[in-house]
Amino acid sequence: MDRVIPLDLTRLTVRELNHFLHHDLPTGDAVRVEILNPNGMHNLAVGLDAPAEIDILGHAGYFIAGMNKRANVTVHGNVGWSVAENIMSGTVRVKGCASECAGASGHGGLLVIEEDASSRCGISLKGCDIVVGGSVGHMSAFMAQAGTLVVCGDAGGSLGDSLYEATIYVGGKIHSLGADAQEEPMTAADMARVSDLLTKAGIARDLKSFKRVASKRSLYHWHADAGQEY
Amino acid sequence: MTDPIHREESFTFDRHVLEYIQQAAEHGLYDIRGLGAKRKLPTFDDLVFLTASASRYPLEGYREKCVSKTVLGTRFAKKPVELETPVTIAGMSFGALSANVKEALGRAATEIGTSTTTGDGGMTPEERQSSKTLVYQCLPSRYGFNPDDLRKANAIELVLGQGAKPGGGGMLLGQKVSERVAGMRTLPAGIDQRSACRHPDWTGPDDLTIKINELREITDWQVPIYVKMGATRVREDVKLAVKAGADVVVIDGMQGGTAATQQCFIEHAGIPTLAALPLAVQALEEMDVFGTVQLIISGGIRSGADVAKALALGADAVAIGQAVLMALGCNSPTYTHDGERIDATDDYAKLGTAPGYCHHCHTGRCPVGITTQLPELESRMTPEWGAKRLKNYLQVLTMELTTLARACGKSNVHHLEREDLVALTIEAAAMAKVPLAGTNWIPGQ
Repeated sequence: MDRVIPLDLTRLTVRELNHFLHHDLPTGDAVRVEILNPNGMHNLAVGLDAPAEIDILGHAGYFIAGMNKRANVTVHGNVGWSVAENIMSGTVRVKGCASECAGASGHGGLLVIEEDASSRCGISLKGCDIVVGGSVGHMSAFMAQAGTLVVCGDAGGSLGDSLYEATIYVGGKIHSLGADAQEEPMTAADMARVSDLLTKAGIARDLKSFKRVASKRSLYHWHADAGQEY
Repeated sequence: MTDPIHREESFTFDRHVLEYIQQAAEHGLYDIRGLGAKRKLPTFDDLVFLTASASRYPLEGYREKCVSKTVLGTRFAKKPVELETPVTIAGMSFGALSANVKEALGRAATEIGTSTTTGDGGMTPEERQSSKTLVYQCLPSRYGFNPDDLRKANAIELVLGQGAKPGGGGMLLGQKVSERVAGMRTLPAGIDQRSACRHPDWTGPDDLTIKINELREITDWQVPIYVKMGATRVREDVKLAVKAGADVVVIDGMQGGTAATQQCFIEHAGIPTLAALPLAVQALEEMDVFGTVQLIISGGIRSGADVAKALALGADAVAIGQAVLMALGCNSPTYTHDGERIDATDDYAKLGTAPGYCHHCHTGRCPVGITTQLPELESRMTPEWGAKRLKNYLQVLTMELTTLARACGKSNVHHLEREDLVALTIEAAAMAKVPLAGTNWIPGQ
């Protein structure tokens, strides 16, 4: 059984919390940290670089689990902007909804939003995988370079605008595609990819409804006819 | 004999404008180029020092020390940046510059005791290894940005904009996006890369406060956080950066350089460095943080005299970029190979330019091997040769700075003050907020 370390934010500052997570986590044993009373606070569990299990018991603010490496962080509530921004590895899971820019510029690892994510989910993505159980807002996966965004619900306007090499899968309705994004046929490899990510996310959905969106690669080089698409 | 051809050139549509219109009509794309504003602007040359005579007491150059030590980031960081000179090296990316150049910058900075800065392409191992003090930029693109390099940095510079293109994002044309550059940026090799102009994870000054705190938390409040901005609404922007928690504010005037951006940006956006600096100082004074939050000014700094004037106007340090490249041979007719000077004018001509006029950094075909990723060109500037040249140049800047400071009677370059300066033009007097020479008149006051 995991050893549980409770850290109560009515008694600790954010600085004390992060200092503990950076420097004082016990090594060797399976450790689970419970962060109590987050009350919408920002910058919780940022910059972790340890194989720890972190549970944030309640709603949290901006940049939760930012730049995460190796740790598995679960938020038992909703989060503000930019959860798991620039995540490198490990898993960040939000049991509720996420505000804007979830997983922004994430390089690796897995981000799971069990309910909805707001605008610009997966913006500037660089290799991270994101699974959203609900819907995402407009401009999601804007300028996404690598990695995968799986949206089980609907996607807002301008999905995948200025997309590079990231891939988007949408189970519901796509409000509109952004510049240089196009819908493409789902292959067996796409099905397997979505299935694998849904399994990892612990979310069950009918695979048949998913659509693939990727870059047309028509804006990779400057040309006059593209006009205002740039 | 009089010329029988009548030539009355239009002021509005002169030959440069005609060429611009005809090029636009031909290609349907705007001009993209490197370096900074080429138009004539008020500069530090429009100011002069009132050095000592009877009413002031000069210091003796040979026997009396003039301190140039500079400390940046004293507001919140546990480990402020300590430099031997207030002349720092501005952020320039690996991608825009070759790996050899980045290494040369680190070596020279380390030898002279100053800092160098990464750029829009992440941190290379060469520059970290060669740089004792390295400032790590956090840019909107976040190319190669990662927590390991963040923790290796001696300071973090959150870049909101730069003087050559305030409000715009970076650009790196396909010919410079080599396999290594592309790998560091997680992009396909050879594409024309466009960076975002806004950060992906925050918007506005309130968010900036939280973002700065996030970076502090990740780095355990060890290193200073700079906020760099292009010079536009300087007074307001500096105040917001200070309120957001910056340790150091960096203001980049419109003469600041770039590896590539639209010509219309370079020449028509932002305000001159001379005008920007007093506004930044005013903002710090109004917030009662002058001296607590340090100020770095950049954009067209060329000489020790420029540095001295910037410090007298209230800067704590300067950052130089284009002049660094010029010290390495940018726009020189020759490059050096095995101690021999090799003529490169044919290579300039192939780009449609000539030494002294080149701003073709965006092409990746730099004739002297600085702004290139092509191995055959990169080899024209070795780290050893470049580091020696740059060290010499940085040394001259510091020597000129202390020479002027001593002549003003200062035993510390940071004791230079606005009262030591007068302006030669009404424009410079108004912008720098110092009197017109021979008068006590400061326009607007």
